[in-house]
Amino acid sequence: MDIAVETRALRRVYRSRNQEVVALDGVDLRVARGQRYGVLGPNGAGKTTMIKILVTLLLPSSGEARVDGLDVVHQFRELRHRIAMVSGGENVGFGMLKVKEQLWMFSQFYGMPSAPSKRRIGELLERLGLSEAADRRVSALSSGMRQKMNLIRGLITNPRILFLDEPTVALDVGAARDVRDEVRRWMAEDPTRTVILTTHYMMEADELCDRVAIVNRGRIVAEGTPAELKQRVQQNAIVDLQLSPGGRLLDALRAVEGVAAASVTEQDGLDRFSLQLSNDAALGGVMRVVEGSGRQIRGVQKREPTLEDAFVKLVGRGMAEEEQA
Amino acid sequence: MSHPSAMRIFLKTIVARAYPRFVAAYRNRAWLITETLLPLVGTIAMIYVYRALHAPARFLGFVVLGGVLLAFWQNVIWAMATQFFWDRGAGNLELFAMAPTSLAAILLGMALGGAYVSLTRAATILLVASVLFGVSYSLSGLLPALGVFVLTISALYCLGMLLASLFLFYQREAWQLADAMQEPIYFLSGFYFPVRSLGAVVGGVGSLIPLTLGLDAIRQLILPGTPQFIPLSVEVLAVVAQIIAYAALSQISLRYLERQARQDARLILRST
Repeated sequence: MDIAVETRALRRVYRSRNQEVVALDGVDLRVARGQRYGVLGPNGAGKTTMIKILVTLLLPSSGEARVDGLDVVHQFRELRHRIAMVSGGENVGFGMLKVKEQLWMFSQFYGMPSAPSKRRIGELLERLGLSEAADRRVSALSSGMRQKMNLIRGLITNPRILFLDEPTVALDVGAARDVRDEVRRWMAEDPTRTVILTTHYMMEADELCDRVAIVNRGRIVAEGTPAELKQRVQQNAIVDLQLSPGGRLLDALRAVEGVAAASVTEQDGLDRFSLQLSNDAALGGVMRVVEGSGRQIRGVQKREPTLEDAFVKLVGRGMAEEEQA
Repeated sequence: MSHPSAMRIFLKTIVARAYPRFVAAYRNRAWLITETLLPLVGTIAMIYVYRALHAPARFLGFVVLGGVLLAFWQNVIWAMATQFFWDRGAGNLELFAMAPTSLAAILLGMALGGAYVSLTRAATILLVASVLFGVSYSLSGLLPALGVFVLTISALYCLGMLLASLFLFYQREAWQLADAMQEPIYFLSGFYFPVRSLGAVVGGVGSLIPLTLGLDAIRQLILPGTPQFIPLSVEVLAVVAQIIAYAALSQISLRYLERQARQDARLILRST
C-alpha cells in the first residue's frame, strides 16, 4: 500500500506553568494515498493538534510522523512544497485586497510563476462560482464565499496532500455542500491526491470520507470505513425518542436492561434521546422510565445506525456530552 | 519533485508580501494625515523649541534629519518587527510558516511595503521643514550622505529582523517591550540633538542602534559644524559591521526561534 500519511506513537503534551494537557496520546495512523480520510471527534479531542503536527507547524513531544514519505520534524522544508491546509472559519489575509489579489499573494509564497498562478486562480474561481467576486475586496465577502476562497488558496499550488481542518464549520448548508463537492472533484482529477479532513460533523465524515478514524481524548478509538464503523452497532436497534424538556433522565435510561448505549441532544426545544437497544423488549422498560419521569413523548422513530451511534457505543456518550466533560 | 529555487521563492515572497502594503497605501489615503502631516507637525514643534532657545541654525537641521530617519525606525518597529504578533492573531502566521518560503522574506516584504509610506513621510519632512525654516545643507556631502543613509537603513532592517524573531517568540511581552523602548530609543539615538551631547558611555550604548551612528555620520556630512561623536570613517565602518552582524544574528535567531515556536505552539492559534 502506498502510504500518504503515517504516524507512530504520536504524542503531544502542552505544558503551562500550572498544568499539563495531553492533546495526543500515542496515535498510530496510516492513510493510503488517494484516500479521503476523516478524523472525527468532539472539540478538544486532539484533531487540530494532529493536523498542526502533520503540516509542520507544531513539533510532537514524542513519536514519529511522516507525510508523503517525509519526516515532519526534520524534512519539513521539502514537505512544505507538497502540502496545503485550509481551516474552517479562517479569517486570514488582508481585507483591503481583492479576492484574486489575495490568492495571487499566497501563490507567490510557493514561488509560482505569476501567469500560471493567475490562470489557475481564474479557473478555480469559476469552478466554485466566485468569478463575479474576483474583484471584490476580501473584507466584503460572506463567510461562505470567504471559505470557498480559502479552499481555492489551498488548491492553487496543487498540493499532493490537502489538510482540511473543520472546513465547513459555521457554513450554511449550500456553501458546505459546495465545499464538499469541490473536494470530491479535486480528488477525482488525480487519483494520487490525498485529503485529510478533520470534522466533528458526523454526516460530513460519512458522506465525504473513504475511511474514518474516531478520535477521543487524544487517542484513536476506532478506525475503518464509515460502513464498517456503523456495522459495529448494526446488531442493535436504534431508536430516537423525542421528549418534552424536563429533569435529568439519561442515566435512568442507560440503566434500563437491554439499553446498550444512550445519548441526548437538544433539538427544536425538545430533548432527542438516541437509544441503542440490544433487544426489542428493552423498549418497554424505556417507556416505563419515561412515563415515570413525567415527560411527554413527542415522537418515536426507529432508524438506521449512523457514525454518531458508533461514537456513542465506542465512547459511552454522545459527542456533545464529551465536549462538555 | 522539482520546485522553484529557494532564491526565486525568496524574491517572489518579498514582492508578494509588500503588495498588500502598497495597495493599502493606495486605497486608503488616511495615512497621508497620520503618517505624514502629524509627524511633520511634531518635527516643526521641536524646531520651534530650538528657535525659542536661539540655538545655532544647524540645530534645526539636526531636527529635520532626525525626523527623516525616525520614519524608518518606526517602520521597522511597527510595520515589521512586531507584525508577527498581529499576524498570529489573524491566522496569517500559520500560513506564512507552513509555506516553503522563509520568514526573513516575509519580513523584508513587510518592510519594503512600508518603506513607501516611510519614504513619503521622510521626503515631506525633509522638503517642507527645510524650505519653511530655511535649513541649508552642504551640497558636497549630499552623495556620500545618501550612501550612508542606504547603509544605515540596511543595518536598521537587519536589526528589525532580529527583533522580529524575538517578538515571534515572546509575542505579547515583546510587543509591550517595543512600546516601552520607543522613547528611550528616541533619546539614545539622538534624533533631535547631536549624540555627542550624551557622552561616550551613553552614546556608546546608543550606538548599538544603527540609526545613532548613521544619523551622526549624515549630519557630519551635510551639516557643517556638527560636533563629532566619533570620526566619520569609523562610524561608516561600524554601520557596515552592524549590517553583517545583525543580518547573521537575525538568520540564526529566526531559525532557532522558529523551531522553538514550533515546539511551544507559538505559531498556531488553536491548540487542540
